[in-house]
Amino acid sequence: MAKLILSMDNLVLKDIGLDKERTTIGRKPHNDIQIDNLAISGEHAVVITILNDSFLEDLGSTNGTFVNGQAVKKHFLQNGDTIELGKYRLKYVNDAPAAASAPDFERTMILRPGQTVKPAAPVSDEPPRAQTPPPAPPPPAPPSTAASPVGAIKVLTGGNAGKELELTKSLTTLGKPGVQVAVIARRPLGYFITHVEGASFPIVNGQALDAQPRKLIDHDIVELAGTKMEFFIKS
Amino acid sequence: MDIANALEIATQTSPGMVRSHNEDAVLTLPAYGFVVLADGMGGYNAGEVASGMATAVLGSELEKAFATKSPQTLDGNRTWAQVQLEAEIKRTNTSIYQAAQSQPQYAGMGTTLVCAVFYDNKVTVAHIGDSRMYRHRGGELACITRDHSLLEEQISAGIITREQARHSQNKNLVTRALGVDPTVEPELHDHDVLPGDVYLLCSDGLNDMVEDEEISMTLGALSANLPVCADQLIGQANDNGGRDNVSVILIKVKNAFPAARNGGSWWSRFWAWLTK
Repeated sequence: MAKLILSMDNLVLKDIGLDKERTTIGRKPHNDIQIDNLAISGEHAVVITILNDSFLEDLGSTNGTFVNGQAVKKHFLQNGDTIELGKYRLKYVNDAPAAASAPDFERTMILRPGQTVKPAAPVSDEPPRAQTPPPAPPPPAPPSTAASPVGAIKVLTGGNAGKELELTKSLTTLGKPGVQVAVIARRPLGYFITHVEGASFPIVNGQALDAQPRKLIDHDIVELAGTKMEFFIKS
Repeated sequence: MDIANALEIATQTSPGMVRSHNEDAVLTLPAYGFVVLADGMGGYNAGEVASGMATAVLGSELEKAFATKSPQTLDGNRTWAQVQLEAEIKRTNTSIYQAAQSQPQYAGMGTTLVCAVFYDNKVTVAHIGDSRMYRHRGGELACITRDHSLLEEQISAGIITREQARHSQNKNLVTRALGVDPTVEPELHDHDVLPGDVYLLCSDGLNDMVEDEEISMTLGALSANLPVCADQLIGQANDNGGRDNVSVILIKVKNAFPAARNGGSWWSRFWAWLTK
């Protein structure tokens, strides 16, 4: 379950579990999270929780609601977001995927009508255009490809001799379509060359490939459609 | 044009990097231009049973149906393909539902489904749940099914954007599935098909792990060799973590496949004349 950690001046005041569909925040005592401070409006904001996702909505507060330094009207909370209300901070913690010990966590499940959680209505008194959603944080980088060293191909013969091609994309096709084409795939374990089309197969270090991908090693010589090229790892 | 010669089909499936079972099932009937993919769910091995039943029952029933009448034959104002697809999906639903009710070890099992019949220069697509069908045409990738999932409903309702949905923790919650209720409503659509199109049917193990841009690039780069393309897609999903079973069916349209004159509608004859 996701939770909010209330703090002021880096001093943790309390944890609030987001176990309800609506968790209200404000100065008045009927709020789920009451913050008795004049900088906080009576009904300041609400956190709407739909299963594992939580949305923060400002309820037209006088001093506004900020997430990670930006004023928000409506915000889809991401793990680690810090909500600022006056001098108070509410850190949103939702590490469900990591914490879930059940191996079934990511299994597809059927949401039956009986258990449907009513999605909260979008902010109604706000023209939808006006709320530009804050840019979502970048998706987690695909593991390791980015970290692995970059390879390149240097053409040795023919009209393009001397040219270099960096293999930064996850797939690079080489050759002439309809005649002979091979693809070099960039994977976490390195670069792999595979035959794609054409009657003859690419030759690596004098040996023709079969239908299986072959891992490329620094300074391998590849022959494709009559052109020789060298694969190497850029330092 | 014989449908089996007009289409090239490749399939691949993998349990992924985390799961021990593969609960996905794929089946193709090239002679009838039919492909189906199912992603099962349910305890122990019930998910495999549900997805396996879905593809096997649907495949054998449609094979019988299309052997008696060709898919483009009109039945009222709908084609035989549409009528049969809908009817057989509903019957398959009943079979799975009854098995789940009668066998305690299968209680609660169900499956998603995406299937397609290619005929007469078009394709009829039916789906339930979050297994998808994409079309790659002219370098552009388009998802031609809309998931029956909580996320997709939230996107439609304007609660979250498609961009935000990628970071949602509410993935894998489908709002429709085969075999979980006595009745089911499959979603059916027809699409025009052009030579050069590449179609992809996949389980969520692919589109949850591989971005659409990557899928598009792979289809564009490797459409000349569908088996390599299918292996590459599976490899990308597994390289990115492979947290779920992942399955793909690829269909490349090599030629147009208008229906034979006598069986076709006036429109298909007119279309055939136009595109002669």
